[in-house]
Parts: sequence; structure tokens; C-alpha cells
Amino acid sequence: MKRIALVGMPNTGKSTLFNRLTGGTARIANWPGLTVEITTGRIPLGAHLVHVADLPGIYDLEGGAEDERLAHAFLAETSLDAVLLVLNATQLDRQLGLALQLAALGVPLIVALNMSDEARRAGIRIDREGLAARLGCPVLAISAKRGEGVPELKHLLAQHLQTAEPHCADFSRVTSSTDWHAEEAQLFGQYVRRPSSLPEGITAKIDRWVLHPWLGLPVFVLTMYCLFQLTYTLSAPLQDVMKALTGMIKSEWLTPLAQGWPPFLAGFVVEGIFDGASTVLTFTPIIFLFFSLMAVIEDSGYFARAAFMMDGVMARLGLDGRGFVMLMMGFGCNVPALLGTRIIRDYKARLLTMLAIPFSLCSARLQIFLFLAGALFSPARAPWVLLSLYFVSIAVAMGTALVFRKHFVSNEPFALELPPYRLPVIGHVWNRGWGETREFLKLASTMIVTGVALVWLLTHYPSEQASYAGVVANFFQPVLSPIGVQSDLSIALIFGLVAKEVVLGALAVIVGHEGKELANHLAMTLDAVSAYSFMLFTLIYVPCVSTIAALRKESKSLGFTVFSVVWSLLLAWVVAFVFYQGARWLGF
Amino acid sequence: MPTLAELPLRQLARVCHLRVEPELAQRLIALGLRPDREVEVIRRGWLSGPLLVRVGATEFMMRREAAKLIDVEPLSS
Ligand SMILES: Nc1nc2c(ncn2[C@@H]2O[C@H](COP(=O)(O)OP(=O)(O)OP(=O)(O)O)[C@@H](O)[C@H]2O)c(=O)[nH]1
Ligand SMILES: [Mg+2]
Repeated sequence: MKRIALVGMPNTGKSTLFNRLTGGTARIANWPGLTVEITTGRIPLGAHLVHVADLPGIYDLEGGAEDERLAHAFLAETSLDAVLLVLNATQLDRQLGLALQLAALGVPLIVALNMSDEARRAGIRIDREGLAARLGCPVLAISAKRGEGVPELKHLLAQHLQTAEPHCADFSRVTSSTDWHAEEAQLFGQYVRRPSSLPEGITAKIDRWVLHPWLGLPVFVLTMYCLFQLTYTLSAPLQDVMKALTGMIKSEWLTPLAQGWPPFLAGFVVEGIFDGASTVLTFTPIIFLFFSLMAVIEDSGYFARAAFMMDGVMARLGLDGRGFVMLMMGFGCNVPALLGTRIIRDYKARLLTMLAIPFSLCSARLQIFLFLAGALFSPARAPWVLLSLYFVSIAVAMGTALVFRKHFVSNEPFALELPPYRLPVIGHVWNRGWGETREFLKLASTMIVTGVALVWLLTHYPSEQASYAGVVANFFQPVLSPIGVQSDLSIALIFGLVAKEVVLGALAVIVGHEGKELANHLAMTLDAVSAYSFMLFTLIYVPCVSTIAALRKESKSLGFTVFSVVWSLLLAWVVAFVFYQGARWLGF
Repeated sequence: MPTLAELPLRQLARVCHLRVEPELAQRLIALGLRPDREVEVIRRGWLSGPLLVRVGATEFMMRREAAKLIDVEPLSS
């Protein structure tokens, strides 16, 4: 099998091209350093089946953070038939050097000048034949985003692979990138024509508002508010349809069917698995919309602006602007956010960032809060409850960094590119939304079903009056009652350690109702103060096993992982305790 | 010699010397901030936040402490 790899500086469009070539769904964002793992795919090209690898971005061939080192190691160890070097055609003044550096290693190079749509708009003209002659390899102009030049690229690759000899880059021959600057400048001067002055672009105009010292923060809050409001408004009718649908299935079909079954089995299937899983499934539209809208934000270039805006604050916490972006990524899911810290070079700085990320209010926790806020607070108050939880999430993450920054003193010098704003690609937005929905459905059909089935068994075995769940509840009673959480919810919290998606399903099973009835029942048994305390605890304590596993893998330290878990459990309890007792003391 | 940190906004300058530590220098150089290139500061972040710097067609942010270690020579416009 033939092998090719996509190489290039961060944010040049490697993953976009990878998706174009392979039909894959690698994540794309207008944020340098999104890809931190090697993604692979296979495509038939000409007579061969070709193995394509999308690498993390690299600035040059030495040093760098873990993501860059991964790419270096891959290049050094893998025998490749072609290295497809993706350059940003608008930034050749600093990117041609990488082509020279790689060419000097004798790798079989093909250069793709990507973003040629932007280069054209900027009036940049490139003499590709000239460049190709000097670099000694083919040079093509493409736009991975629009698909321009991609068929030609495929054709060229197929031709090249017919005669290609696999080759492994010899990294012992790497010379410093500075050695190539003179030649780079010379190539650039000779083969690239650029208008001497550019009119102020749209990016500068938007940045004047987004990066404004006083307006920047309101713009951020507004962006986030729009994200959640839009998700909520658009998915509410869809959610209603889902609820109606599951309700109908239950009453028209499942209940009559289960009538002849032994009561234990009927209870297990209807009130256990069905009620539990369907409560969770009604959140499918929210997942889809939330991640689609998140993809729009990611692809716009806003993340880098958020990093700029927040760096001053984050620096005082021992973190940097990128850490704030990871917290934002964590709003989707904490796991990719943890992986995203690979772009941070300093180990201590990385650990401190990883300590903060699990407090980021992820979409799984959002489901619980949406449900509880909707069930227990008036429609006028519910959005404020949610908003306050987001503030608590960020405050706890930042507070944690502040508390421990002395123990993770780092000196992480960094410079981060702010790419121009770009319009999101509809196809990618759809892929993101649908991809996450599919993962959610997969989780629902395995973990959540198993979880709610177990919860039902635990709450009904040997009998409802003397169940194992009762034993567990009694055990945790002394810990949970001071924070206002009824101990029969302790089973839900324990399953929440595995995955927060199970919590709602577990609640439905414990309470013995689903959907609207569950909401009504909770409204009768929980008051606002204990409900908020429950939400605070759920927000802060260990997110899920996947997060713990990611922490372990990325930190390579069991001690750190245990510390993170213990800290979050302790903090969750203390915060909930202070809130609950404080509110009660104040007479609420 | 003035440093990048002291440069007035939108004032073009020529980069002379990078006195930052090697790892950061490597990154800045990769982003285009090299001796003899023209640089300008576009904006300064609030709360003594970072600087937004432009070199060629690349805009990037860097901390002020690092900018204090970059000697520049302002160009008359
Ligand atoms: N205008 C334009 N934008 C593009 C083109 N190709 C990619 N983009 C955009 O550039 C940004 C970066 O694309 P990615 O594919 O994530 O870049 P990458 O090289 O994989 O980035 P890293 O994984 O961070 O190294 C995204 O916002 C893309 O939509 C193109 O040909 N034209
Ligand atoms: Mg990528």
C-alpha cells in the first residue's frame, strides 16, 4: 500500500484537504493547533489504494510542543511515497522555508498552495512554474475549502505514485530553519507578486469591535448567550416532537405489549430501560444544534480572538489565553479540550490547564441543567439559572487555577496566530452536528441503556422497599443531606461518575416517571435551593470516566489524575454545602 | 534602541534583534518576526494583555514582556 502524509504549518487547511481527499470527517477549525493527533484514511488513487495521514501542524522541523513532536516523529519513522506539503498561499513570505527545509531532506515533496481563493482576493500572484523549478517538485494552487484544484491534485498524486519510491525523512540531516531564510526571501521576492498596500479588510473591521477593550467582554458574553439561546429556541419544538413520539410509543405500543409480561420484567423494560433511555434521547436535537453552532464559532476564527481578549486575565491565574479557549472547547466535551492542551509546551502549564478543564460545563451536564431548570424554575427564571451555572463553571475553573498556580509555576512563552475571519463551511457544520449526534446515539444505545437498566435493578432488587439502592442511599445519607440532596438520588450521582448522560435517565428510573411527569414529580420533591445545590454538585464533581482516562493519558501521571478527581469531589461538596446552608440560613 | 513594546500603534518598524529565549525566538521567527522584517503593533490587549502584531500577512499575539526583548528601529513613514 502507498502512503502519503499531509504536512504544513498550523491552520493552513490540511484537515480540510484531508476531508476533501478521503471524504473523511476530521475536525476543522479556524484555530491553529486544532489537530493534535494523527488521523488516517484510505482512498483509491489511480491503480493504488492509498493510505493518507493528516498530521498536526508544524512550524519547522525541530522542537515544539507535543503536537508538533508527534508530527516530527511520524515523519521520521514512516516511509512515505509522497509528502503533501500544504502552504497558505497568502503567507508564503514565512512558509516557503518549510518547503526548502523538507526538500533538503530528500522527501518526495508535492506542494499545494492552499487558500488560493484568499490569495486571489488579496491580489497575490504566484509564479508556480518558477517555484516548482527551484524547489524541484510539483507546485499546485488549490482551495481545499472550495474544492478548486483538488481533482488536478488527485490526478497528479496518482501519476506520482506510479513511479514513487517510498522514502523516510532522515531527521539527523535537519538543518536549522534560519539557514533557509535568505533563500526563502529570495524565492518570495522572485516568484510572488503582492500589491504594495492592502485596503483595510473585513477582519480588521470586525476586530475593532471584538477586540475592543471595553466591548470585547460583552461581545463574548453575547456570543455565548446567542449560542445557547439559539440552541434552545430552535430545538424546543423538535424536543416536543421527540417527547410526543416517545410518549406515543410507550402508551400505544409498549405498555399494551408488556401487559402480559411478569410484573418484574414489564417494570424493568418499561419503567427501567424505556423511561430512562427516552428521557435522555429527547435531548438529541439539542446535541445536534449545539455542536453545529459550536462548529460555526470554531470555524469563524473567534477562538483566537477569545484567547487575545482573555490572556491578560488568564496570565494572572498562571494560564494563558489558549487555556480559556480550551475551556470554551470544553463546553462541547471536556475530552477534546484536554487533548487540545498538547499545543502547550510547558508541562506544568499544561497540567494547570488540565486541572481547570473538567469544570467546563459540557453538553452532557447541560442536558441535566436544562431539564432541571425547566422543571423547577419558572420560564422567566430558567435561562438565568443556566447562565449562572456557566459563570460558576468558569469561575470554578479559574479559581482552581488561581489556588494551585503556585504549585504549577511555568514559563510558557507563547505567540499565537490570529487568522483572518472565515465563513464556516455548511458541510463541515453539518458533519460536526451529525457526528456528535451519532456518538450521542451510540452512547445512548450502549452505556445509557446499560446504566438505566442497572439503576432499575438496583432500585428494585430484591424488592423496592429493601433495595440495594436503598443501602447505598443510607450509606451516603450523612454526606448528601448537608448539601440538600435527597439520598435516593445518590445512585444517579454514582452513575454520573461514569457518564453525565446517564444522570437524567437514572433520575427518571428512580422517580419512576419520565418526561413531563418526571418534571412534575421533581418539582414536588425538590425545592429551588436543593435543586440548585444538586446542580452545583453535578457541575463540579468528576465529569465522567472518559475525562478521567484522558487526564491520565495526557498527564501521564496517576498521581495528578487522582489529585484532580479528589479535588473536584471535595470542591463540589464544599461549594454545594456553602450554597445550601447559606441559602437556608438566609431563610430561603 | 526602542523595543517592540514601546512602539506606537500602527508605526512601522524594522526588526533588529530578538533577545527572547530560544524556544520563543524559534516560534516568533516561524511566524515571520525576524531581523530586517517590517513589523507593526496593531493593538494592545486590555488589563496589560498581549500585543497584536503584524508581520507581512500574518497577525499574531505575543506577551508584552517578550515584546520588551525585541529591539526595533522605527521607520519614518
Ligand atoms: N478561504 C479558505 N479557507 C480555507 C481553505 N482551506 C481551509 N480553510 C479554512 O482554514 C481553517 C483551517 O483549516 P484546517 O483544515 O482546520 O487547518 P489545519 O491545517 O488542519 O490546521 P491544524 O490542524 O490546526 O494544523 C478553517 O477555518 C478552514 O475552513 C481554503 O482553501 N480557502
Ligand atoms: Mg488539522
